[in-house]
Amino acid sequence: MTAAPLLSVTDLRVAFRASGGTVPAVKGVSFAIAKGETLALVGESGSGKSVTALSILQLLPYPMACHPAGSSIRFNGVEMVGADERTLRGVRGNRVAMIFQEPMTSLNPLHSIERQINETLFLHKGLSTSAARARTLELLRLVGLPDPEKRLSAYPHELSGGQRQRVMIAMALANEPDLLIADEPTTALDVTIQAQILELLKDLQRRFGMALLLITHDLGVVRKMADRVCVMNGGEIVEQAAVADLFIRPQHPYTQKLLSAEPRGNPLTPPDNAAEVMAADQVKVHFPIKKGLLRRTVDHVRAVDGVSVSVRQGHTVGVVGESGSGKTTLGLALLRLHASAGAIRFDGTDIQGWSAKRLRPLRRQMQVVFQDPYGSLSPRLSVGQIIGEGLSIHKMGDQAERDRMVARALGEVGLDPACRDRYPHEFSGGQRQRVAIARALVLKPKFIVLDEPTSALDMSVQAQIVDLLRDIQARHNLAYLFISHDLRVVRALSSHVMVMKDGKVVEQGPTQRIFEEPREDYTRALLAAALNLEAVKPQAVRG
Amino acid sequence: MKLTPITRRRLANFRANRRGFWSFWIFLVLFLLSLGAEFIANDKPLVIRYDQTLYWPVFNAYPETTFGGEFETETDYRDPFVRDLIEAKGWMVWAPIRYSYRTINYNLPVPAPAPPSADNWLGTDDQGRDVVARLIYGFRISVLFGLALTGFSSVIGVMAGAVQGYFGGLTDLLFQRFIEIWQGLPTLFLLIILASVVTPTFWWLLGLLLLFSWTSLVHVVRAEFLRARNLDYVRAARALGANDVTIMVRHVLPNAMVATLTFMPFILNGSITTLTALDFLGFGLPPGSPSLGELLAQGKANLQAPWLGLTAFFVLALMLSLLIFIGEAVRDAFDPRKTTAALSNQQG
Repeated sequence: MTAAPLLSVTDLRVAFRASGGTVPAVKGVSFAIAKGETLALVGESGSGKSVTALSILQLLPYPMACHPAGSSIRFNGVEMVGADERTLRGVRGNRVAMIFQEPMTSLNPLHSIERQINETLFLHKGLSTSAARARTLELLRLVGLPDPEKRLSAYPHELSGGQRQRVMIAMALANEPDLLIADEPTTALDVTIQAQILELLKDLQRRFGMALLLITHDLGVVRKMADRVCVMNGGEIVEQAAVADLFIRPQHPYTQKLLSAEPRGNPLTPPDNAAEVMAADQVKVHFPIKKGLLRRTVDHVRAVDGVSVSVRQGHTVGVVGESGSGKTTLGLALLRLHASAGAIRFDGTDIQGWSAKRLRPLRRQMQVVFQDPYGSLSPRLSVGQIIGEGLSIHKMGDQAERDRMVARALGEVGLDPACRDRYPHEFSGGQRQRVAIARALVLKPKFIVLDEPTSALDMSVQAQIVDLLRDIQARHNLAYLFISHDLRVVRALSSHVMVMKDGKVVEQGPTQRIFEEPREDYTRALLAAALNLEAVKPQAVRG
Repeated sequence: MKLTPITRRRLANFRANRRGFWSFWIFLVLFLLSLGAEFIANDKPLVIRYDQTLYWPVFNAYPETTFGGEFETETDYRDPFVRDLIEAKGWMVWAPIRYSYRTINYNLPVPAPAPPSADNWLGTDDQGRDVVARLIYGFRISVLFGLALTGFSSVIGVMAGAVQGYFGGLTDLLFQRFIEIWQGLPTLFLLIILASVVTPTFWWLLGLLLLFSWTSLVHVVRAEFLRARNLDYVRAARALGANDVTIMVRHVLPNAMVATLTFMPFILNGSITTLTALDFLGFGLPPGSPSLGELLAQGKANLQAPWLGLTAFFVLALMLSLLIFIGEAVRDAFDPRKTTAALSNQQG
């Protein structure tokens, strides 16, 4: 650390006005960033890390938010808290730039790429149109956007997620800022793209000597990128240390908890000859592309293209792949929640083509848990009603018996049965996911499709859910189809792995074999990106 | 009933819109008062004490002979002769306004329409009927008609929209085209033709207008169902084996209700305006019914008696404005971006 840091935040407090008082979001945070340094703010959702980052540029919704007296943010010696709009405008996008998590919503969908990047150049540099164009091209080349000349007039929706994030970075770099604030820059991206973007950020930082404030929940990203780390919890920095020290000798109990929270443990080892619960042969889901006056089908989008899978009792088959690889569609097709072609055998009977009515008795035995615990529970039903719904549909037991079963299911997923009269919004993400699991479990199914059940959750909660799922599996000898893009979770739970790409299975085999000696290039790329955050040659993955 | 935090926040938002909040209370008081119109404006006394017995003319019809008169027909309490008979042996309590909507004041000093006086506060119409009394009854019938039409068309509209949005595809396509054609029909002409075939009563009119008003909510509800049918909790319900009706009613409908409730005050407004327009043109409620549209028509026919047109105009303007203000407050109440903007920024 140098004597005069680039940015120094001292005793920063942020409070939000709510009906009946203020809610503190950040409670006295202090840190400093030197020129060219990378500082990571790590914490789980709700820890106040984004609010801290936004208050550096004074971008919070004032006057709903306020900084109580004593808060100070000095950038290059200039006080930012309470600075007038003129001072702030001179700094925003000029000396300090910011990139956000969701590249789709942070670009204006109605403006071309050129226009969006030019805007910063016009505002802060007053360049002419032709000069700005040349500079924009240079920037796009810098961030590694393929064919930048052709992309100038493109609109955000014509680019992929990774390309959009590159454009965002180009915009941020337009004025060669001294400090770049990256708020979860890779969370919305696939692992292989994430690795590329991180590589790019690191490279650019070296070249321009920028300071980087990285906000993330992902400890893997921190380890790869940061020089120093601030761990935030409940609006406070609980620990501040150099990266190497933090990972080897975490001091604060919360940091220790965070570090030990990575999903661990090994999949169960059920007998190999267990009964086959779900088997599918050459399942295809094609969406027709219609063209012309008569809307004739000219081609198909092959979401799932001839996938065969077999899940045995007590086994977990992991399905991994990046977004758009068709893994969720496969799960829905197996449960007959999505129209498909190809044989689907449940417990030995082919259920392909059965009517909804004929299928209803079987629904009890095959269940599903979705990714987003906020979207998968009806917001207007109490938890007891949500879990009990399946019981009443399948007429299992009388009212008293159902109540007992709901209570037992809640207990089994580690929730207090007394909470069954509460509504989903009163629960945290992890608790909601437990409710969703209880809903599936109460019917005593044989087969559960787990569609990214952990990806919307914080790291420490992920580990708990993985343990819970393994526990339940052992107790009830359940068959799981575990869909995930997170290879660490898959390794902790699955005995068998399928790697999917563009609707096809690229490689499959026992988990250990896939992880230790992958045979296909794509699998290798995926593993390198996910486990070591290493970018691989773009031809192996989609840019 | 335990209020969920969402409900509580909505109530607070509704209250925060002061104009809408007060409009709501003013409208409610006016409506409740008009529900008891018989006790405010009536040509019969509320209670009579005659010969040591209590009589309730508002609820029962008594022949004139009861009070020592000569005719077997129902008593005309406004007749000075009858009044003297009753007051000789007891007393009677009148409503504040001694005219019903169809009472004709035969003692007018000038030919009808008579200007406002101590007797007729807002004057009389061209048939000598008291304008205040007709207003009170007219307000009641307008609001009741509007509420009934809104209620029925919402129920049908929600069901139609739900079916279209939930099933989508061909059902949706055919239904949408049908609605487009149906909405293209010249409603007013059809109503005029139908009104000449049947004698329009309250219920006939309601039915006829309902034929065309149910489409107003379909689009909103359809959009809500189209969105919700792909949500995870609907998928989860399907995975549980729930049938379509259960999913629609239990899982999707509660969300569509927000949009529906937001629209309702505006639909109510539209219903009242439609009835007034029909009455104004003379195709509405049967002749003699108290109606604001008829009063407007009289105002137009009797420009020399400005109290008719002005009264009808001000009452309609007040009623419709109150409803619009209430509608705005309801919209605020259901607006998820209000007051939650700050909270969502806290995450991260």
